[in-house]
Amino acid sequence: MSEAKSTTAPKPTIVEVRVPSRLGFEKVAMSTAASVAKLMGFREDRIEDLKTALAEACINAIEHGNRLNEKLSVGVVLSAGADALEVKVMDEGKGMNRQPGKQNKPDIDRKMRGEEEPRGMGMFLIQSLVDEAEWVAGDDGNGSYVRLVIRLDKEQ
Amino acid sequence: MQNETKARVEQLTSPAGHPVAVLRFEGDIASTSKDAVIGTYQSLPKASTPLVLLDFTKVDYINSSGIALVIQLLIEASNSGQKVCAFGLSAHFTKVFTMVGIPKYAGLFSTQAEALAAL
Repeated sequence: MSEAKSTTAPKPTIVEVRVPSRLGFEKVAMSTAASVAKLMGFREDRIEDLKTALAEACINAIEHGNRLNEKLSVGVVLSAGADALEVKVMDEGKGMNRQPGKQNKPDIDRKMRGEEEPRGMGMFLIQSLVDEAEWVAGDDGNGSYVRLVIRLDKEQ
Repeated sequence: MQNETKARVEQLTSPAGHPVAVLRFEGDIASTSKDAVIGTYQSLPKASTPLVLLDFTKVDYINSSGIALVIQLLIEASNSGQKVCAFGLSAHFTKVFTMVGIPKYAGLFSTQAEALAAL
C-alpha cells in the first residue's frame, strides 16, 4: 500500500510593516524588503530592483492612494515563499483603479520636447523591475493594493 | 526621513582644455530635491558653461521624481545648447537611467575621468 503524500505547499513566511503617508518613509519598507530578500538568497541586483519597484509602489500609495494624508498609513506585507517573494502594498484610499497599460514606457524624446511630463515613470519602473505587478482596486472603492512578485532564479 | 540633497559646483578643465562645471550631489534625489538639482544648475552662468557634469557618486537613493528632475535639467541644458554627462551612478541606477532613455541626452560614465575624456 502506497503512503499518501501531502501536496500542501509550505506556508510562506510573512513580514509586515506599516508606514505613515509621508514621503521618505518608503525607505523603511525598502530596507525591510531588502533584508527579507537577502535572507531568501536573492542576488544583490535583484534586491536593488525590488527596492526601486517597492519604493515607487509606496510613493504611489502615499501620493495617489492616501493623498498625502498622514492620518492614513501604507501597509506592506512581504510573503516569502520557497521560490518567490510576494509584496503587497496597500493604501487606505482609492489607490489605482485600473491596471496600467504596457504602453506606459516613457518616451524620452517627447519629454525633452516638452510633449510629455518629465514625471510619470513610476508605474513603468515597477512593471519593468519585478516579475509580476498587479493593481487591485478595493471592493468598496477603498483599500486598493499593488501586488509585486520577484522570483528566485534557479541558479541563485 | 529623506536624506537632504546637497549640491555643490566645482569648475574643472577637460583634457581637451574646455571649462567644465561639475555638479556634485549628495544624499537622496527625490521630489524634495528641486532646489538642489534645478536651483544649483540654474545658478551656473550658461554662456560660460557649455559643458556640465553630474556627479552621483555620493547619491544612494533616486526615485522617479528625482529622475524627473534630472530630465528637467537636461531639457533646460538642451535649450541652452549645453552638453551634459553624468558619472558615479551605481550599476542599478545606470540600468534605471538607461531604461528611461537618459543616455540619449546625457552620456553615463563610471568615473569622472571617463566623463571628462568624453567631453
